[in-house]
Amino acid sequence: MSRGGFISVARGVGWRNIHNWFTNPAMVIPGLLFPLFFFTAFAGGLSRVDSVPGFDYDAGYTTFVYGFVLLQAAAFGGVFTSFSVARDFESGFSRRLMLAAGNRLGIVGGYWLAALARSAFNIAAITVVALLAGLTIDGNVVDLAGLYVLVLLVNAFAMLAGAGVAMRLRTMQAGPAIQVPFFLLLFLAPVWVPYDLLTGWVEAAAAFNPITLVLEANRGFLAGDPVKVLPAFLIVVALIGVSMLWARGGLRSAERAA
Amino acid sequence: MSGLAVQVGALARRSIVRTLRQPAMVVPSLLFPLMLLSINSSGLDSATRLPGFPTDSYFQFALAIAFVQGALFSANSAGTNVANDIESGFMNRLALTPLRRVALMMGQLAGILALGLIQALTFLLVGWAFGAGFEAGLPGALLIVLLSLLISLAFGCIGAFVALRSGSGEAVQGVFPLFFAALFLSSMSLPRDLIESDWFRTVADWNPVSYMLEGIRSLMIVGWDAEALALGFGCAGVLALLALVAASSALRTRMVRT
Repeated sequence: MSRGGFISVARGVGWRNIHNWFTNPAMVIPGLLFPLFFFTAFAGGLSRVDSVPGFDYDAGYTTFVYGFVLLQAAAFGGVFTSFSVARDFESGFSRRLMLAAGNRLGIVGGYWLAALARSAFNIAAITVVALLAGLTIDGNVVDLAGLYVLVLLVNAFAMLAGAGVAMRLRTMQAGPAIQVPFFLLLFLAPVWVPYDLLTGWVEAAAAFNPITLVLEANRGFLAGDPVKVLPAFLIVVALIGVSMLWARGGLRSAERAA
Repeated sequence: MSGLAVQVGALARRSIVRTLRQPAMVVPSLLFPLMLLSINSSGLDSATRLPGFPTDSYFQFALAIAFVQGALFSANSAGTNVANDIESGFMNRLALTPLRRVALMMGQLAGILALGLIQALTFLLVGWAFGAGFEAGLPGALLIVLLSLLISLAFGCIGAFVALRSGSGEAVQGVFPLFFAALFLSSMSLPRDLIESDWFRTVADWNPVSYMLEGIRSLMIVGWDAEALALGFGCAGVLALLALVAASSALRTRMVRT
């Protein structure tokens, strides 16, 4: 298969999804609303938590929460794009697409472009709201570049992992199977307080959760005190590698069923 | 048995059986509140170290959220059931019978109350099993069930109102995030006097969900707090009454349209 085939298919699928998404408020709003909603509820309702003895994050609670919400927006940008994959299979559009596409991996590439666009839009909107709400960023330009590259890599992981499920199940009823694992991955991390203040089973789960590393790296970038950068990037790249294989397997499964 | 009682009985039986026969409606309404409770109570346990926090167990503090969150699922399930009846034409066929509107409304709400009862008993049992104290004892626990049912009724009526006005299950699903906004913008995570952010505290002060939570919470943490109970029952009762009137009016319009 030619590289040109991959790019033209990816561009076509990506453009279609981005267009569908931007012209349909029912698709724009949930992806935007939920992170905004969590940001508002946590940054506003829990801000006193930074007074708990042992809460050691100088950039403030709004910045602490922003680090998580950014990750949530990126991950759910990928997850919601996977819903589009499932919908396209359910409606029969994907069967026709697979007949027409010169390079079927380009289909996955197109959905990834759409996920990237959705996340970039959501992240921009959330950042504006957070800045208005008093977000302070102590990191420099290099830290911020590291931060946004890291969360966009998480977006790619979420989209590929979700697409793998969607292409295997090929129905909108796959929604919970796509969404719930990411919900758990995100919330079984140090969401509201630093890791050292977690207790009980969430502490144990967070110790093994790869998202904990990513979240801590995010917060380090924002505070201008980067921590665990290399492990965070390595783990996300590894997750992308595994989810690529998972998505390719899903595509093969869909091809066999077509 | 009077005609009205027979009508209500038949429709209530149908509504209860239909609700209980849909695991997709019952299971998430139990599972998600318990999941959130479990994650919250581990993740935010350190918040109990804040001066003025009313208990040393965040699990005990957060248990009230499960009751209100369960009630929010009631709204969704009531609305979806009513919308299904409209979309499938069942409501049209009922309109051709001498059925009284009040019987239809009461019958539809019976399923919600059954679901609310299952939820309340489950959350109470989970609370007991995991060591949450109930300062008001067994009578207090019964009062928690009563308040929980009233809250379920209030949100269930709102769900039914939306369904009757719109005739669409999608509209009900679209309203669902607003209910969650009401929960998150309340004293869900911290007592109101510990909320640092002024605007958030003002929203929480005006949000009736705060008082519903505090009513349930008072029976678990404080014992018999007349003010908290009056406000909890008052807010839930007024909301239930207003929503019931609105839903009845929407039902009248819907039947005329039919």
